[in-house]
Parts: sequence; structure tokens; C-alpha cells
Amino acid sequence: MTLAPAVVAARPEVEAVAQKAGTSPLVSHVRPFIEFEKVSVRFGKGDKQVQALSETSLSIREGDFVALVGPSGCGKSTLLKLVGDLLKPSTGHVFVGGRELGATPIRIGMAYQNPTLLPWLSIRDNVMLPLKIVPPFRSAFRAKRKGEFRDRADALLAQVGLAGFGDKYPWQLSGGMMQRANLCRALVHEPDLLLLDEPFGALDQFTREELWQIMQELWMAKKTTVLLVTHDLREAAFLANRICVMSARPGRILDDSPVAFARPRTIDMTYEPDFVALNQQLRSLIVEARGGTGIVQAGGH
Amino acid sequence: MDGIRELIRRKSASIALIIGVFVFWEVACLVGGISDIVLPRPTQIIASLIEYWPAIQPHAAQTLFTTLVGFAIGVVIGILFGVGIGSSRLAYDTAYPLLVGISSIPKVAVVPIFVLWFGAGTVPAILTAAIISIFPIVVNVATGIATVEPELEDVMKTLKASKWDILWNVSLPRSMPYFFASLKVAVTLAFVGSVVAETVASNRGIGNMMMVASSTFNVPLVFAGLFILAGLGVGLYALFSLAESRVTGWAHRKDLAVT
Repeated sequence: MTLAPAVVAARPEVEAVAQKAGTSPLVSHVRPFIEFEKVSVRFGKGDKQVQALSETSLSIREGDFVALVGPSGCGKSTLLKLVGDLLKPSTGHVFVGGRELGATPIRIGMAYQNPTLLPWLSIRDNVMLPLKIVPPFRSAFRAKRKGEFRDRADALLAQVGLAGFGDKYPWQLSGGMMQRANLCRALVHEPDLLLLDEPFGALDQFTREELWQIMQELWMAKKTTVLLVTHDLREAAFLANRICVMSARPGRILDDSPVAFARPRTIDMTYEPDFVALNQQLRSLIVEARGGTGIVQAGGH
Repeated sequence: MDGIRELIRRKSASIALIIGVFVFWEVACLVGGISDIVLPRPTQIIASLIEYWPAIQPHAAQTLFTTLVGFAIGVVIGILFGVGIGSSRLAYDTAYPLLVGISSIPKVAVVPIFVLWFGAGTVPAILTAAIISIFPIVVNVATGIATVEPELEDVMKTLKASKWDILWNVSLPRSMPYFFASLKVAVTLAFVGSVVAETVASNRGIGNMMMVASSTFNVPLVFAGLFILAGLGVGLYALFSLAESRVTGWAHRKDLAVT
């Protein structure tokens, strides 16, 4: 708790960006929900050591939708894993909800590109899996699995266009449908934070765009804080309130820009000049980031 | 309807093959004039099965008993070790060489040791059956548990699932197809173990009966013992296949998709 004022003061530029963006004036003065303080991550030892993340600082407000883009291997997923407490920083600190990571009992939902649904469970049971594990639902699971929880799973499935598919098994569904069910599983326990690691990466363009719209609806309804890692700049600009561009390895945040397009956004909007201009701007940043490392490596730094 | 006809067609082919082998055997012995001391005809074997049935039956029961008890012990130990080894990289690396070493010992060689410790009879047969069936179960359960997708583990960990939660909800169900595949192998191996032990050091069981019969040149009875063992083995294999399709039908979805 005592850290909060110092942390906010140390990063006036972030606050300035947030205020300029005006995406969420109500919470702009509130302390950040997620806070990275000079976080570095190194893997391995000695000569084989790889610096995945270098002195990264970032803060994310509650209810925000932040996209992380950048060249391959730049540490986007590492950042996500840090927030999910799947990885410890080598140096620096990650705060979630104002407390050091691990100490905070927040609920997290996570979805990867690989839907990893359990093949022996029906779609509905797959979606209900977090309710079986996460408190406070855990203690009521036996009593409510045939009632309230079942209805909740079915309602979520209906929201993503899978009404009536609850009794099917994962192998009976297409890739896009499995990914919808995966999103439901990430959301069913009403997480405070949703971590998405290229969830739509393996889908064809039309299915992907459909899922962007569904994702947008879900976010607008619940205003869960979302951290999305993606390669797709259109996806980032369509979904996010804020896009952070990361440099090539060792990763750090190069650029942090708000996305001001009004919601609900439509797929058609992604072809309008403003949107295209934003994409081009992001693209040139990433191209620069990739080229940058090439020179550094050639120079032997 | 087509499914049933297809099933009958497949089954009838294998039944025809089995009958064909026996007919060939019978005819070859008759035509070749092979003595029943060398190779008795199937009809002679079945005749002696019927003739000696009251004497065979307790031996068969004894063998089935030692095999199943040994197998059950093997399954319990195998699951415990498999879960332990599969859950931890360190345990896997540490224990695997020892397991391979133990499994490469011919199990016949340990029977005299068991006899030394426990005396001739039921106990060595049970222990041999157990020790021979442990290894395939350990390896398969460990493989099933160790190969859980890392993404899925991440999802579970972000839900703050305990090791036990992950084991119970993900790893164990996931390793079931591996487990049942190993059960079918292990149960036939358990028969090998118990019969070998009975042959070496017991006065009961099919193995012992075959030893006694061969020492009196009652070759049809020796073969009758083989038939009993084959029957028991096939029966247990079928039983576990049935259990497998009940429990792990999700892993054999092509069969389901046909219907």
C-alpha cells in the first residue's frame, strides 16, 4: 500500500497518456491494477543465458483492454506469464491490485491459441472446469453443477454462438467453435483479469473476425481487464483500448498508444483511413524494432 | 444395420481363421502320422481336457487366483510409481534407470529368491506375477501424466489449481488410455509370471500340473494346460478391453463416429 504514490509518481508519462487518451477518465486517477516495475527476465545460465525481458515498466488500469504486439520472440508471452504468476521476474517487481504478485488473490482467466479442451469432458463440463477449482465456486460445485453452474455455462456458450453444443464433445467441433468454448472456459469464473495469448491465431480470417466481435461484446458487457498478446495488428487495433509495441529481444515497451475508435467497432471500420493509418504506424514501428536488432547483432553489441 | 453386418463380417473372419488353424493342425497330424507324444491332435487335447477336468479345475482356479492377486498388486504399485515418476521431472530422471535395470532382469531368475524367502507355493507365484506386470504400467502411466500439454497446465495454474487438482482433473483421466493399453499387456505378462513360478516351485497351479504331466509323458494333458492358459489369458484380455472402451471411449472416437 505504501508503495502506491511513489509508483504512480515515477511514471507521469503513462498517466499523461492515459489522460490524453481519455478512454476511461473515471479510473485514470486510481492506482493501476497491474504494475510492472523495471522487470527483467532471464532464462538459462552463463553463455546460454537469454534475456527475454529487459527493465520493462508498464501499468494497466482496471477494466482496460491492452494489446501487446511486437516481433516474434520479443517477450510478449513472457510478460503474460509474469502476470499469470507462471513465471517469476529475475529482477524488478510485478504488482497486481497494489500487492506483489502471488500475494494477491485475484481471479485470472487464460486462453491460448491451442484450445486445450479436455477430450473426455463435454463442452459444458469443459467450460465448468474453473468452477470446480476456483473458490468460492469450488465449495458449491457439487451442489450447483446440475443447476446454477450449468445454466451459467450454457448462457456463456449461447453468448458466443454455441447454444445447444453443451453436450457435444470437443472433437465434434471445428477449430473456431473449440476456441469459442475456450473463451467461455476463461470467463466462466468471472475473472478480474483475462490473459489471452494469440487466442485467434490459428483461425481463418472470417472466423477470426467473428470472434473479435464476440470478444468485443463480452468485454463491453463485463469490462474485465484484458491483456491480449497478438501478431495481428488489425486484431490489436480492433479490440484494444491501448496498444503496447515491444522491441525485439530483449523485449521492452517501445511505444504505448491509445486506440480512440468508438465502440462498438465494426469490421468495416478496420478498412477506414484512420484505422489503416494506425495499422501502418504500428507496422513501421515493428519493422523498425526488427531491423534494429539486426544491426545490433551485426555490430556485436 | 450396416454396422452390425460389418461387425459380424469382421468377427466371422477371425473365427474362421481360428477354426481353420485347428482343422489344419488336426489334418496335418493325421496325414503326417505324428505321434501324440510329440504333438497331440486338438481333438485329443479337448478329450483329455474333459477327461481330467475334475483334476484340472483346482489347478486352473489356483493359477487364476495367483495371477489376479499378483496383477492387482502390480497395478496398485504401478499406478503409484507411475504417478510419482510422471509428476516430477526429477523423479523421472532419477528413478527411470533403476526401473529399466529391474525390468531387464529375466523374471524367472527371481523366482528362486522368492522361494528362498517365502518358501515354495502361492506367495512366490503372486510376487512374480506382480513384479512382471509393474513395469509396463509404470511406464505408461508416467508417460500419460508427463505429456500433459504445457498450455493446459498453465491454464490450470492460473486458476490456482493445486497439484492434486491437476492430477485428479487432468493428468489422471488423460493417462487412462495409456493405462488401459498397459493393463492388457500386463495381465498377459502376469500369467507368464505366475505359471513360471508354479513350474519352478509349487505343487499347485497349471504350471505345476503341466510339469507333472510332462514327466509322465501325458502330452495331451500338457497341451490341455496350454489351452486353459490361453483361455484364461484371452478372457482377461477381453475383460480389460471392454473396460477400456467403457472408460476411455473418448480416445477411440473413430469407432464412435461410425455409429
